[in-house]
Amino acid sequence: MIEIIDLYKSFNGNRVLRGLDLKIETGETIVIIGRSGCGKSVLLKHIIGIMKADSGKILVDGRNVFEISDAEINHFRMQIGMLFQGAALFDSMTVRENVGFSLYEHTTLPRIWIDQRVKEKLRMVGLSGIEELMPAELSGGMKKRVGLARAICTEPKIVLYDEPTTGVDPIMADAINDLIIRLRERLRITSIVVTHDMKSAYKVGTRIAMLYNGRIVGVGTPDEIRNSKDPLVQQFITGSAQGPITSEEYLQHNIIENGEEHHPS
Amino acid sequence: MARLAFAQLRKIVDVQRWISNLGKGSLNFLLGSGEISILFWRTLTASLAVKIRWRATFEQAYKVGVASLPLVMLTSLFTGMVLALQSAYQLRLFSAEQFTSDLVALSMTRELAPVLTAMMVAGRVGASMAAELGTMKVTEQIDALQSLAVNPVHYLVVPRFLAGMTMMVILTLYADLIGMFGGYVVGVFKLGISSHQYIHRTVTALLLKDICTGLVKAFVFGILVSIVSCYYGFQTKGGAEGVGQATTMAVVVSFISIIVFDTFFTALFYFAF
Repeated sequence: MIEIIDLYKSFNGNRVLRGLDLKIETGETIVIIGRSGCGKSVLLKHIIGIMKADSGKILVDGRNVFEISDAEINHFRMQIGMLFQGAALFDSMTVRENVGFSLYEHTTLPRIWIDQRVKEKLRMVGLSGIEELMPAELSGGMKKRVGLARAICTEPKIVLYDEPTTGVDPIMADAINDLIIRLRERLRITSIVVTHDMKSAYKVGTRIAMLYNGRIVGVGTPDEIRNSKDPLVQQFITGSAQGPITSEEYLQHNIIENGEEHHPS
Repeated sequence: MARLAFAQLRKIVDVQRWISNLGKGSLNFLLGSGEISILFWRTLTASLAVKIRWRATFEQAYKVGVASLPLVMLTSLFTGMVLALQSAYQLRLFSAEQFTSDLVALSMTRELAPVLTAMMVAGRVGASMAAELGTMKVTEQIDALQSLAVNPVHYLVVPRFLAGMTMMVILTLYADLIGMFGGYVVGVFKLGISSHQYIHRTVTALLLKDICTGLVKAFVFGILVSIVSCYYGFQTKGGAEGVGQATTMAVVVSFISIIVFDTFFTALFYFAF
C-alpha cells in the first residue's frame, strides 16, 4: 500500500504540490489525471524517491520513502519500475542493454538468462528482433515501449507510468492499456498511471484521481468520475475550454498583467 | 529639472541593484563552491567504497588522456619554443643565453605544463563531459538511472574523476618533456647553444622537487576539471540552451578555478618548500 500524506513541494517559489493526500491499495491501478504541468510527473518522482518533498510523507508498505538511507534506497528502488514521459533510454546503449540494465547491474544471473528475459519483455510490448538497435534508430512510440519493457524487466511490485500512451498510435496505445491491465490481473502489480488520455484512464484505472492546484480534488472509480458533479472534474473529463479551471487561470494571468502579484504557474 | 536629472542619474547609478547583485553573486559563488565540494566528497568516498567500474574508467581515460595527447603535445611544443625565444631575448642583454635551458625547464615543469594541459583538457574534455551529462539530465536519463537503482555519482562521476586525475598527471609529464624539447630545438638550432651544454644545464637545473610540484598541481587540476564539469552537467536545466549554458559554465569555472588553485599552490610551494 502506498500512502501519500500532506505532500508539499515547490520549485523556486512555484508551489507545485500543496498538501496532497492519496491512498493507493496494493494491486490496484490508480490513474492520476490533470492538466500538463500540474505536478503529476513530480508526484511520481517523489514516490520513487528521486525528488525530496518540502514536507509530508510517502509511506510505501509503511516505510517513509524520504527516510530510507542511501545504502538502502537502491534496494527499495529495485521493487519499483518507472516508465518516463520521454522514455529516457540510455542513448549510449543498445535496446538490449537498456532493457536488461538493472539485471546486468545488480544481479549475477548468467547473461544468456538475462538476454532471454529481455527478449520476453520486448515481446510483451510488441517488439521483437530490435535488441541490437540503438535508441536513436527507434521511433518515438517504439522508444516508449522499450522504456516500458525496461520498467517491468525486474518484475517490480509497483510500476509507475508517466503518460504511457502519449505519442503512441491509437492501436498501440490500446495494446499498452491491455498490457497494464494484464500486469495487474496476472501479477497483482500496483500501478500508478499518469495521463491526460481519458480513454486510457477509463480503461485501465480501477480508480481515477484528479490532481488540480497541487491537491487531489476528486477520486473514485471510472464510473464515479464520469458521473461526478464536481465542475472541475467535469470540465477536465469532457475537455471543454470553458469552465472553472480556465476561468481561474484567466484570473491568475490578469493578476500578473496588473503586476499586483507575481504568480508563476 | 534638477529632480528629473537626479532621477535619471539614479537610474544609471542604481546602488541598490549593485548591492543586491553583489549579494546574489556572492551567494551563488558560495552555493556553487559548497555544492561542488559536496560532489567532490561524495565522489571521493564512492571511489574508495564502491567497486570501481574499470571498463568505464578506461573509456574515460582514453578520452581524457590518449585523445588529448596530440593537442597537448602541440601546445607544449610551441610553448617551449616561444619560451626559449622570449627568454633569450631578455637574457641576451646580459649575454646569458646559456641560461635559456634552465629557464625553460623550470617554467615548463613548475608552471606552464600543468596549467596549459589543464586548460586544454578543460576545454576539450570538460566541455564534452558537461554536455554529455547535461543532455542525460534534460532527457531524464539521470532520473532513469536512479529509478533503476543506480547511483549517478557512482556510475557517471567516479570513472570521470579517476580518469581525470590520473590522465592529467600523465599528460603533464608529456607536456614537460615536449616543452623542454621545444626549448632544446630553439636553443640548439637558433641560439647556438651546444646540444651537450643545453642538456647538461637542463639536468642540473631541474630538481625532482620542480617536477613533483608540477605534477601535484596537475593532479589537483584533474580533480577540479572533472568534478566541476560533472557538477555543471548535473545542474543542467531546460533543453538545448541549458546544455549550452552548462558547457560554458563548466569551462569558465574550470579555467577560473585552475588559475586560482595554481596561484595558491605556487605560493604554498614557494613559502613551504
